[in-house]
Amino acid sequence: MITLEKRPEPSKLWTAITPILAVVATMIAGGIMFAVLGKDPLVAIRTIFWDPLFNEQFAGFSRPQLLVKAAPLILIATGLAMGFRAGVWNIGAEGQYIMGAICGAAVGLAFYPTESFLIFPLMIAAGALGGFLWAMIPGVLKVKFHTNEILVSLLLVYVAEFILASMALGALRNPEGNGFPGSRNLKEYPSAFNAELLPNTGLHWGVVAAIIAVIFAYVLFSKHMMGFHIRLAGQAPKAARFGGVEPARLILFCLGTSGALAGLAGLFEVSGPAGQISIDFNVGYGFTAIIVAFLGRLNPFGILLAGLLMALTYIGGELASFMLGVPTAAIQAFQGMLLFFLLAVDVLTNYRIKFGTKGGGSI
Amino acid sequence: MDLSAISPTLLLASLMVAATPILLAALGELIVEKSGVLNLGVEGMMITGAICGFAIAVETGSPVVGFIAAAAGGAVLSLIFGFLTQYLLSNQVATGLALTLFGLGLSSLMGQSYVGIRPPAIEKLNLGPLADIPLLGPVLFNHDLMVYLTLALCVGIWATLKFTRAGLILRAVGENHDAAHALGYKVVKVRLLAIMFGGACAGLGGAYLSLIRVPQWTEGMTAGAGWIALAIVVFASWRPLRVLLGAYLFGGVTVLQLNLQAAGLAIPVEYLSMSPYLITIVVLVIMSAPRKGGKSRASLAAPACLGRAFHASQ
Repeated sequence: MITLEKRPEPSKLWTAITPILAVVATMIAGGIMFAVLGKDPLVAIRTIFWDPLFNEQFAGFSRPQLLVKAAPLILIATGLAMGFRAGVWNIGAEGQYIMGAICGAAVGLAFYPTESFLIFPLMIAAGALGGFLWAMIPGVLKVKFHTNEILVSLLLVYVAEFILASMALGALRNPEGNGFPGSRNLKEYPSAFNAELLPNTGLHWGVVAAIIAVIFAYVLFSKHMMGFHIRLAGQAPKAARFGGVEPARLILFCLGTSGALAGLAGLFEVSGPAGQISIDFNVGYGFTAIIVAFLGRLNPFGILLAGLLMALTYIGGELASFMLGVPTAAIQAFQGMLLFFLLAVDVLTNYRIKFGTKGGGSI
Repeated sequence: MDLSAISPTLLLASLMVAATPILLAALGELIVEKSGVLNLGVEGMMITGAICGFAIAVETGSPVVGFIAAAAGGAVLSLIFGFLTQYLLSNQVATGLALTLFGLGLSSLMGQSYVGIRPPAIEKLNLGPLADIPLLGPVLFNHDLMVYLTLALCVGIWATLKFTRAGLILRAVGENHDAAHALGYKVVKVRLLAIMFGGACAGLGGAYLSLIRVPQWTEGMTAGAGWIALAIVVFASWRPLRVLLGAYLFGGVTVLQLNLQAAGLAIPVEYLSMSPYLITIVVLVIMSAPRKGGKSRASLAAPACLGRAFHASQ
């Protein structure tokens, strides 16, 4: 008979080990999935986790992609983690990401073809504001009407997707695009283009912003009163209330910050790697970032590593689909599995496992 | 614009079809939440049910077997959630999200070779003279069997919760799991059964979409229906007959905006398409807003143990 005994406080050792355990378990389960699909599991795992970084043929192309894919994931996950710690569940980051991209791109396109160094900073501000305002909708509804922020933020993703389609087909459509959907390509507009800062590294302003966000979050959690309040509200809601934490302020802060960061991620993506507003602009970073936040243990530096690992599965997944014909959907299932295993092994952090007969443990 | 092209009879008839998948999923989730568990994986279970049902119906040529497979698929997927939240005591919100993310990936993986195929056709139920009644006939008595089974399920759940011992135990576990445990009820077992029932219902709802409503398989075809089902449970204050009302309301909005699109209303298509989601949000706000007494309808009606992990300390 196996029983669980609650630990007085979460084990630090297991907190660090569980993500690694989960990744290993996912590799094994994923290997089985690839075997079922008729692929050699070892080759598939190597293609996903090893080849993008170290294979001579592909690494040249894949390595810079690592930062390009990791930046939005880290930016969004850092914001989400703040809310998750406080028990505020913003799961509509995908929508905030889209709205940030639309607002930022709209500001840039409004100035076309004027050239000025002020345009890009303005776009950044607009992107952050777009995501912030979109996240404020569930925030204000939660504070004013106690509406469930999980459902509202998620439903707003679908609304944002329709706005995106309407923008790509209407207001932001390229007037010189021969009627094709999609905006002007910002890559051809130097003042608005989020170019690589160092050639062939994938390092663009979004990566810089992601690193700043991680440091900002770390300082917030360890040095600032707000960070303390966030942790307190998550771990001991009652104590937080007696301790003078205002729930409304906390909710608005968490949702607003995560929305602004998701909006920034959208802006850096649309002005750089994506280049334009198009119907299929969003690829699910907002949802994958949820996995990144948990994989990183809701810790800013953990998220940095988790974001890089998750970016690797994206790039490796593309490589595996190109080289081995593994469907790209398999990677999505793979990422979902990772979150399952992570949540499953987390039991070891909070509980001690006891073997023995019922009642036999009392000494 | 030509509004006269919209026939109220056809509108009401298609409303019942549009509401059925959400009604199924919402009824399942209602039972899950009544037992005190919040499963946010409805969307994932629905879409998995959609592809399981579609694939098996195509392979066997029998929609009935397809629906059974969909229920089984949804239930099996929900067991992952059940195992994690009930035995490993994981966070229910996070685990539900994982279920949705995994279900979306798994379903598109399973559906690779089923894109663009038509499923075996499902005949409408022949209700004889009933279908010939003017107005009422085409609206109420000209549908497939699943529409009526879903309605029967709704009434069945209402009666079970209200009149039977099983319903009482389910509610007790959801309202106060410690007291239920002290009385000797197996909290974890009851919850696992509820979770499986919810998974099976969500799976059936998904299969109704892929086999009857659309009928086709496309990636991500549930398009938020699972989330709307979750919202409808809140809207309904956890009451089965109000779930019916909510699902029909939502079905009505969906069908109406589709008809307005077809009629060529001056509003762009994208804005009409987002209306069901916006209306769902508005309804949620109304239901959650605090009333004079200080508590909202939703918070008064919610099962007291909703979302809380149960760990029987010895």
